Amino acid sequence: MSDVAAAKPMTSAGFAAHPAARVLMRRHRLHWWEFIPWLAAIAYYFAFPHYLGFGAELLITVLFALSLDLALGYAGIITLGQAAFFGTGAYAVGMLAYYGIWTEPIGGLVVAALAAAVIGFASGLVLLRTSGLTLLMLTLCVTALLEQGANMARGITGGFDGLNFTIAPVFGRFEFNPLFANTQYLYTLGVLLVCYAFVRTLVYSPFGQSLTGIRENILRMHAIGSPVRRRLIICYTLSAALAGIAGGLSAQTNDYVNLATLSLDRSATVLIVLILGGYGRLYGAFIGAVVYLVLEHFLAQIYPTAWQLGLGLLLVLIALFARNGILGLGETLWRRYGARRGAS
Amino acid sequence: MAPLWGPAWGVMSETRLETQALSRQFGALKAVQGINFKLDAGARHALIGPNGAGKTTFINLLTGVLPPSQGRVLLAGRDITATTQAERVKLGVARTFQINRLFRGLSVLENVCMAITERVGSAGSMFYPAGRRTDVIDEAMELLQTLKLADIARHRVSELPYGRQRLVELAITIALKPEVLLLDEPAAGVPSAESHIILDAVERLPAHIAVLIIEHDMDVVFRFAKRVTVLVSGAIFAEGTPREIEANPQVREVYLGQAGHA
Repeated sequence: MSDVAAAKPMTSAGFAAHPAARVLMRRHRLHWWEFIPWLAAIAYYFAFPHYLGFGAELLITVLFALSLDLALGYAGIITLGQAAFFGTGAYAVGMLAYYGIWTEPIGGLVVAALAAAVIGFASGLVLLRTSGLTLLMLTLCVTALLEQGANMARGITGGFDGLNFTIAPVFGRFEFNPLFANTQYLYTLGVLLVCYAFVRTLVYSPFGQSLTGIRENILRMHAIGSPVRRRLIICYTLSAALAGIAGGLSAQTNDYVNLATLSLDRSATVLIVLILGGYGRLYGAFIGAVVYLVLEHFLAQIYPTAWQLGLGLLLVLIALFARNGILGLGETLWRRYGARRGAS
Repeated sequence: MAPLWGPAWGVMSETRLETQALSRQFGALKAVQGINFKLDAGARHALIGPNGAGKTTFINLLTGVLPPSQGRVLLAGRDITATTQAERVKLGVARTFQINRLFRGLSVLENVCMAITERVGSAGSMFYPAGRRTDVIDEAMELLQTLKLADIARHRVSELPYGRQRLVELAITIALKPEVLLLDEPAAGVPSAESHIILDAVERLPAHIAVLIIEHDMDVVFRFAKRVTVLVSGAIFAEGTPREIEANPQVREVYLGQAGHA
C-alpha cells in the first residue's frame, strides 16, 4: 500500500509531485486517442460520400447520447424521458420553419436548445425531488404528456403526419440538399464538436466533479454542504438543452418532424446506445452510437424481420459481462494488457 | 501541534449549539423527547446510552437530516431549526456517520477535495478544470498527511480496509473546517489495533471547536470527554463529568452494567 509516497517525503508547499495529486491535476488534459473519433469522422466524409445522410444521423445520435451521459452517466439521474427534450428541440425548429418565422439553422438550434432547456428546467424542478423508480416513471410521463400534447394539437403540430418544411442554407451559403448530404454531415459534425467541447469542459470542472459526487453518494454530498438539488436541476437543464440541439439538428437535416421524435422508443434507444458504449465516459456515446446504428443497418439487411434479436443478444452480453459498456471493456483489457506489459 | 484552523467567530466558552425542548416522534415511537442541550465552544462532550436510546436520531436532528416534531435548534444563538442539512454545513456544523458515507468509486484524495471544493465555494464553477485548483489539492494532501493517509491518497476508497475508510470519513468532515463537529461512533467497526489512529486524530482537533461524540467504548469516552450526557429512551437521563457519570449508580444500572464496561 505505501508503495509510492512512502519513498518520497513531501514538503507542505508542493504536492504536485505526489502521484495522487498528479492524476487530478492532469486528468483534464487532452489525450492523443481523443483525436481518433474526430479524425475518423473526417475520414468518413471522404470515404463514404454516398452515406453522408446516414453519417449525419449517426452524429446526431452521438450528440443525443452525450446529452444523456451528462444526466445519467455523470449525475446519476435515471431517466427514460430524454426524448421529451429531443422532440421539443425538433418541434421548435420545425414549427418555426413551417410557419415561416425562422428558417436560419444556427439560430434555430439556439431556439431548440432554449425551448428544451425550459422544459428540462420546469420538469426538473418537480422531478428531481424524487429518485429511483419514481423518477424513472415521472420522466416517462413527461415524454408521454408531450407526445400526446403534440398529437392532440394537430392544428399546429401536424399531429401524426408531422410537418414538412425547408431550412435556409447554413451561413446563407451551404444548402441542405436531400440527395447530397455533404452540408448536413459537416454542419452536424461542427455542432457536435462545439457541444462536445462544452460537455468535456463541464465534466472536468469543479461542477462536473460535484455531479460525480452526487452520483457516487448523494447523502454525503448533502453532508458536505452541497446544494444537491440545485446542481441536479442545472445539470438536467443543460442535458435537456443538448438533447434539444440534437432534436433540432434532426429536424433540420431531414426537413421533417413528426411524433417519433417524442416517442418512448427514442428514449429507450438512446439509453441502449449509451449503455452499449459505456456511460459516464464521454466517448461511450460515440462508440455506442456507431455500434448501434451499424448493427441496425447490417442486421436489418440480413434479417429484416428479426434484426432486434441480434441487438437484444448483444445487450444481454453487455449487461452480464461488461457493465461499463464496450468502452469500459476496452479500458479493462487495456489495463490488464498494460499491467502484463509493465511486469515483463 | 499547531491547530489545523483557527476560530471563525466569537470567543471560547460561548454556547455554540443549543437545543430547546427538541423532540422527534416516529409514529407512536418517541425517539427523542424534549431535550435541552448545550454545546460550548471547545467542548469535548460524549453522548452515551443503550442501543435505541435516540443518539443517532438526536444527531440527525442537530444536523438537519431529520426535521424535529417539536422544539428548536440554535447555532450561536441563531434559530437554525428550519435550515437544511447543507445550509447547516455552511454555517459550520459537520458530522461523520455511523456507517461510512463515502464516494467509494473515487480516490481518497478526490473524496477530500470534494469537501474542500464545496467549502471554499468553487464547486459550482463550470468553465475551468478542477485540476487547476492546486490550492484545493494541496490543502487536501496536507490534511491527508496529518492523518497519515498521504501514502494511500491515490487509492480508491472501495479498495481500502474498513479502518482506513473510517479515517477518510473523518478526513472529509475535518476538511469542512467545522465550528461544531458531531462524531457518530467514529471508531465503530474498526479493529482495536487501528482505532487509536482515529482517536488520535480526534484528539488533535483544534481546541476551539465544539465536539460531540457518540461512543460505546467507555475507555474512549473517559479518555476523550470532559462532559458526558447519558441518553435513555430518547430523554436525558444524566449529565456530568466522566467521574460523576461513572459513579452514578443509576447510570451503571441502565447502561454501564448492561454494556459490560466501566
